[in-house]
Amino acid sequence: MNKHLLSINDLSAEEAIEILNTASELAKISDGPMKKLPTLRGRTVVNLFFEDSTRTRISFESAAKRLSADVINFSAKGSSVSKGESLKDTAQTLQAMGADAVVIRHGASGAAQRLADSGWISASVINAGDGTHEHPTQALLDAYTIRSKFPEFNRSFKGLRVAIVGDILHSRVARSNVLLLTKLGATVTLVAPPTLIPVGVVDWNVKVSYDLDSTLKDIDVLMMLRVQSERMANSFFPSEREYSRGYGLDITRLSALNPNAIVMHPGPMNRGLEISAESADSHKSVVLAQVSNGVLVRMAVLYQLLGGAALTGEVSV
Amino acid sequence: MEFTIANARLLDGSVVDVSVTNGVISEIGNGLNKGEKVDAAKNLLIPGLVDLHTHLREPGREDSETVATGSMAAAKGGFTAISAMANTFPVADTAGVVEQVYRLGQEAGFCDVFPIGAVTQGLAGKSLAELGAMANSKARVRIFSDDGKCVSDSLLMRRALEYVKTFNGIIAQHAQEPALTVDSQMNEGVVSSKLGLVGWPAVAEEAIIARDILLAEHVGSRLHICHLTTAGGVDLVRFAKSRGINVTAEVTPHHLLLTDDLVSNYDPVFKVNPPLRTERDVLALRNGLADGTIDIVGTDHAPHPTEDKDCEWQSAAFGMVGLETALSVVVKAMIDTKLMSWADLVNRMSITPAKIAGYERHGQQIKVGTAANLTIIDTSANWIVDRNRLASKSKNTPFEGMQLPAQVLHTFLNGKQVLKDGVIMNGGALE
Repeated sequence: MNKHLLSINDLSAEEAIEILNTASELAKISDGPMKKLPTLRGRTVVNLFFEDSTRTRISFESAAKRLSADVINFSAKGSSVSKGESLKDTAQTLQAMGADAVVIRHGASGAAQRLADSGWISASVINAGDGTHEHPTQALLDAYTIRSKFPEFNRSFKGLRVAIVGDILHSRVARSNVLLLTKLGATVTLVAPPTLIPVGVVDWNVKVSYDLDSTLKDIDVLMMLRVQSERMANSFFPSEREYSRGYGLDITRLSALNPNAIVMHPGPMNRGLEISAESADSHKSVVLAQVSNGVLVRMAVLYQLLGGAALTGEVSV
Repeated sequence: MEFTIANARLLDGSVVDVSVTNGVISEIGNGLNKGEKVDAAKNLLIPGLVDLHTHLREPGREDSETVATGSMAAAKGGFTAISAMANTFPVADTAGVVEQVYRLGQEAGFCDVFPIGAVTQGLAGKSLAELGAMANSKARVRIFSDDGKCVSDSLLMRRALEYVKTFNGIIAQHAQEPALTVDSQMNEGVVSSKLGLVGWPAVAEEAIIARDILLAEHVGSRLHICHLTTAGGVDLVRFAKSRGINVTAEVTPHHLLLTDDLVSNYDPVFKVNPPLRTERDVLALRNGLADGTIDIVGTDHAPHPTEDKDCEWQSAAFGMVGLETALSVVVKAMIDTKLMSWADLVNRMSITPAKIAGYERHGQQIKVGTAANLTIIDTSANWIVDRNRLASKSKNTPFEGMQLPAQVLHTFLNGKQVLKDGVIMNGGALE
């Protein structure tokens, strides 16, 4: 595996499956009496967050701690644009502090790649969301969640049908999921009003639909994306109600899904906008499983990037 | 005050000696012996290159470039005349600022620096700058541009086009519809969609070009389109010319060679406005330049200090330096591809830009009686771009490490050698 995880493109299908398998192993250990592993003892993981994201930060923090790494939380919100506190300066500070891995969340697309490429830092870089580009660990935890619900797709997603619904244009979750799901063989349909579909989607190896209702019957996984109301101000859609009527998951649409289909959402949810409370809390919803799987998958990523000792050897300790 | 360039190869292939007396070509022939001899060693002698689109950053951002350092970069690139864009601090929107820039150019003495005046006060796009005062100043401004920003207000653009007719001025438009390019970072297309960067769609350029050629037709004025980047823009200019509209167009060297997939690593050295486009656009620009739809090459030399590029893409400044690579990049894009001849290149990079701007001492045929603004080029040389060897104060070249054809050996400004064997001469050896 590469030194960094910046994009799903850094992973082959086999490497992605390997991360999911490692997460499965870690899940077994987590169910046992020893929740904490000594794997990354003495290593330092820095959570470098230029944007607020309590849930992602806590998920990475808990993953690193369960592998016994030292964790430093560095919240630098706003400093990327204010003169004198550049990404470069921050990175070099972390380097001087001896970081082994930097988990970065940044509002600028490509910030994680810049951090990894520019020679400012020698640590492994993990992209925890960069602008509207990618969020690779979210896609991995989604794939892990899908796999746990559909054991028949354990080795490959060939035959799995996924619809991703909502603000594709501004979604790093959508980009990473499209890359990973198609890499693993799934059929992906993007559903959104045309204003929220990127012009370059022709290159994405996906189907595009503007009609959610006609899509519902033919899918196994329905992935709802968060829609920010600020998009309305920029005329991406006329009103929250019109969006909700066209693309929100209400109880009628929920019942149109296949019996075995699952509903996913990366959170935080706008209940009543892209997803109704009934849908969010229904038995089809795997939203909470996504959260708990997030810790396992991020443990697996840290473990693989930082090259921890053999997992089986440690289980017996 | 007299010297002879010996063994100079002209565009027609003939090899001649060219004598220069008091800054003017005094004799062309063979076996000439006037004054000191500069051996051209059968390299190509052409009129000095002329750039209508240069950012020199002085006054205000002398940390990235000064008139003097930019002039040296120009001389190294074979230019004898450059045109300083108005987006300085303060903006070149008064006679005082344009006269200052003109004077700084004369004092530096490496090339003629002709200031471009702002169209609107402070480039704010609200009200006209004192165009007449700048035209009547010692700098004799004829080109006006808000470059960096578009004159997007249709009425203001109309008024500007009309007003400059008084002194046969020209409005050079940075064609970018602002509402379609809010926060834009790169060409909108397959690559921007993948990278999650806000797109700058081709239509934002084409919409303004379409409007402005119709305005120019309506009021019968001269319009110049800066840095054309789109295939659709080329079509629109071609249409305008077929209608007899008085429009000229420019393309930069980088838009003739580079495409938007270079952005994929998020290295801001490739961040430029207007952005790098697709291969289809590049090929359309090349064809447009070859068939004369696009009249000239303009460098859009845009220096930025290291800290403005050594950061995440979104925070980085737009722009690339280009004076020292312009000739070679055009040779690579247009001559090595057999789309143009050297005579065509001289036309697009010297004769026509001088004619558009009215720079009477530049871009002249090499004949007795014309000013000795000359450049000698080794057309068979190859060189590798090394940012640390640029004369420009800024090092933001997208061509770093690239092997390029053709090298500028000597540059003469009004009969004074300012570049000798590729090295800037302080003060000039031959006068």
